[in-house]
Amino acid sequence: MPLTLMEGNEAIARGAVAAGCRFFAGYPITPATTILNHMLAMLPPLGGVCIQGEDEIASIGFCLGASMAGMKVMTATSGPGISLYSEQISFAVGSEIPIVIVDIQRLGPSTGSATRGADGDVQFLRWGNSGGMPVIVLAPTDVHDCFTLTVQAFNLAEHYRCPVFVASNKEIAMTRETVPLDALQPPALVERKPPSSSGPYLPFQAAPGDEVPGFLPIGGRTLVRQTSSTHGPDGYIATDPAAIAAMLARMQRKIEGAVERFSFVAHRPAPGADTLVLSYGVSARAADVAAGRLTRQGRPVSSLVLKTLWPVPEAAIRRAAAGIRRVLVVEMNLGQYVHEIARVLPGVAIALVGQMDGRLITPETIMEAITHG
Amino acid sequence: MDSLLNATRPPVFCPGCSHERITHTLDQAFHKMGLAGADICMVSDIGCSGLFDTFFNTHALHGLHGRALTYAAGVKLARPELNVVVTMGDGGQGIGGAHLLAACRRNLDLTLLVLNNFNFGMTGGQYSATTPPEAEVGSGFLNRLERPLDIGGVARAAGAPYVVRCSAYRSDLPDVIARAVAFKGFAVVDIWGICPGRFSKRNRLTPKLIEEMLARLPAMEGEVVENRRPEYGELYRQTAAALNPVPEPAAIEPRFAPPGGAREEVIMLGSAGQRIITAGEILCLAALHAGLNATQKNDYDITVLRGPSISELILSPEPIDFSGIAQPSLVVALAPEGVARRRKAFEALSSGSVVIQAAGVEVAPGPARIHRVDFKAQGIKPPDWALASLGVLAKLGLVIRPEMLEAALGSRLRGASLAGALELVRRVAPGQWANA
Repeated sequence: MPLTLMEGNEAIARGAVAAGCRFFAGYPITPATTILNHMLAMLPPLGGVCIQGEDEIASIGFCLGASMAGMKVMTATSGPGISLYSEQISFAVGSEIPIVIVDIQRLGPSTGSATRGADGDVQFLRWGNSGGMPVIVLAPTDVHDCFTLTVQAFNLAEHYRCPVFVASNKEIAMTRETVPLDALQPPALVERKPPSSSGPYLPFQAAPGDEVPGFLPIGGRTLVRQTSSTHGPDGYIATDPAAIAAMLARMQRKIEGAVERFSFVAHRPAPGADTLVLSYGVSARAADVAAGRLTRQGRPVSSLVLKTLWPVPEAAIRRAAAGIRRVLVVEMNLGQYVHEIARVLPGVAIALVGQMDGRLITPETIMEAITHG
Repeated sequence: MDSLLNATRPPVFCPGCSHERITHTLDQAFHKMGLAGADICMVSDIGCSGLFDTFFNTHALHGLHGRALTYAAGVKLARPELNVVVTMGDGGQGIGGAHLLAACRRNLDLTLLVLNNFNFGMTGGQYSATTPPEAEVGSGFLNRLERPLDIGGVARAAGAPYVVRCSAYRSDLPDVIARAVAFKGFAVVDIWGICPGRFSKRNRLTPKLIEEMLARLPAMEGEVVENRRPEYGELYRQTAAALNPVPEPAAIEPRFAPPGGAREEVIMLGSAGQRIITAGEILCLAALHAGLNATQKNDYDITVLRGPSISELILSPEPIDFSGIAQPSLVVALAPEGVARRRKAFEALSSGSVVIQAAGVEVAPGPARIHRVDFKAQGIKPPDWALASLGVLAKLGLVIRPEMLEAALGSRLRGASLAGALELVRRVAPGQWANA
C-alpha cells in the first residue's frame, strides 16, 4: 500500500478541503501557521478564499461572516489566539454559526513556548465562551486523525450549527509521519439543513423534534437575520425570560444531548485488566505503548483514547471503565481532564499522569505510574 | 419601490437623535438606488448604531463591538453581489481601529457609515475616540488629555479610496450615501451628529455648529484620487484564477530494501540554517521508498537563523506509536548548539549506537562508535552538512542506502536543487571511525 509523508497541519488542511471548506482566515502563529500556508496554497485555485487577517479577532470575524453567507469555514490558531477569539467564539455559540476552529496547542501560559507542545487548553476551549454554553472539541492523536477528525468537525459544525474545535498539539501538527494514502478518505459529508417547514423563515426556530434550526444563508432571496444579542426564534432581541430560557435550553440540549452520536473513542481492553489508562491527543500514543507493553509482560492494562473531549463522552467512558478499579489519566498539562473523569467515575481510583514542560510524556513514565503509582 | 424600513420595528432612538434621521436617509438612499432588501446586508455592532440592522427589511448581521467590518468582509467575499453596508459608531472606531485601517488598506467593496456623535451614548456618555478635549462627558477629565481621532484623515492615510466627512443634517445626505454605496471599493462616510440623550445634555451642539466645525476642516467629499485602485475581491478572484491547484499527496511505492530490518531511531543535532529539518524529511522519504514507516519530530527555537535545530526520526517496518526517541541508534552531530540541547541523548547511547560527528563539533565520549567526517575539508559549507551527512549514511549503509536517498531527493527536490543535492550526496566521502 503506498505511503505518503505528511505533517498534522497539512492533514488538517487537506481534511478541511475534502470536507468542502472553501473559506479560511487566520493570523500567523506558531505552531498553527502551516495550516494557513496550506490553505493559502489550496483554496484560491479551487475558487475558495484564504485570507490573512489583521489579527485573530478579524480572522474569526471574517469566517463568521462567510459562514453566515453559506460557506464552510475554518480558522486555526494556538492558545494565545484562542484567547483573542474568545468573544467571537461566544458569538458563534450563542448565534449558532457553523465554524471549525483549530487550536494547535503550545506550551503556556500566555506567550509560553511557541515551539513546544502541550495540551493545556482543554478546559479553556470548553469554558472560554461567556455564558459557559457547551461546545464540541475533538482531539486527534496522529496525522490520520487530523484528516478524519477535521472532516468530522465540519460535519458536526454543519449539522449542529455550532463551533467545533480541533484540539491538536505542536507535536502532532508539526510532526511528519507516514500515512497510507488510502486512509485519507473522508467520511460521508454533512451539509447544513434548510428549514423543513414553509412559512416565514425564523432563523432560530428548530422544527418540532429537532434541536437545530434550519439554516438559510445571508445573501439568498429570503431575508436572514443574525445577531449576537439574546434573541428569540425570529432573530430579534428577546426579553421574555421564558423565551430566553427555552432558547438556551435548546442550545444546550442540541450539543450535550447528542454526544453519543459523535463519541469518537478508541478502546483497547485487555482481558482481566483492573487498570485503565485514559488518554487523548499525542499522549495517547505513549499510553497505548505503555498499556500494550505491560499487557504483554503479563500485567493486563486497558487503554481508552478519547477523540471526543467535549461534551465529555460519559457513556463511552463508563462502558470502558466496567470492572476497572483504577484509571490513570495521561495529559500534557498539570491536570485538567482528570477532573471530568473523577466526576464521571465516582468510586474509581483516579490518578493523573501529567507533565507540562514541552516534552512528550514517555511510555516509560506511564508504565512507572501504573506499576508503582 | 417601497421603503425598506421595517414597519413592525420603528426606530427607538432618543427624541432628536441624529441616528433616526440617518435611518430614514439610508432608506431613501436605498430607494434611490432601486435596491431590494435581499440585495443588501446591513452589518452593525454594539452601541446605538448597532440598532440599525433591526429597522430594515434587509439581510442583517449584528455582531460584537468594533468588529462589524470583520463580518462584513466575510459576507462580501462569500457573496460579492451583495451591497454590504456597515454602521458603526465612533466607539466602534476606537475599539476596532485595526479593522478600520485594514479595511482601508484592503479596499473590499464595503460601505462604512460612521455614526459619529462624539461619545458612548448607550453606556453613559463616556468619551470615545472622537470626543473633543473641551467636551464635558462621562469620563471625568480623561478626554481632556487625549486628542480626538480624525477618522477621515486616518482613512485617507490608510488607503481608503472613498472618504466623505459630513453632517447628519446635510440636505443631500441620501445622495451622499447612495454614491458611497454605489462606489466600487471601500467607502467611508463619517457622519457627524447629535446625541441628545448624553452629549448635548452637557455640551452645546447644533446642526449649525456641526456645519461650522466641518467648514474649518479640509473637505472630504468622496473619491480619494491617490488611493484609486482595483477592488480587493475582484483582484483576489482574478489573481486566484491564475493559480495552479495543489497536487494530491504524493504516493510512494516501496522500490528498495532497507539496509536492516530493525527499527532505527535517529537524532540529527544541528543549528538553524543547516537545513536539518529538510534533511530529516528527506531521510523519512528515503524510508518510504523502502516501504518503511517514519516519523519526524522537530525541536527548534523561535529564532530563524540562530539557535539549535534538531530532528528526531524514527524509521520502522512496523507502524510507529510513540514518536519520541529514548535510545537513539544513530546521532548525527553537526553543530554545538544542537549537541548542547540534547546532551542527555548521548547518555542513552549504547555500544550498538553510532555517532556521526562533524569535525569541529565536540561530543561527550561514550560507548557509541564515532564516525568523524570533516565536511569543511571536503569543501562542503555548513548549510549543506545535514544533507551531506545523509550521503555519508547511505555510503556506510547506515539506516539508508544510496538508491533510497537518491529516490528521496527526487521526490522532494526539483531542477537545479535536485541536481545540486544529487551531486553533493554522491561527492561526499565518509570519514573515519574514531574508536574502531
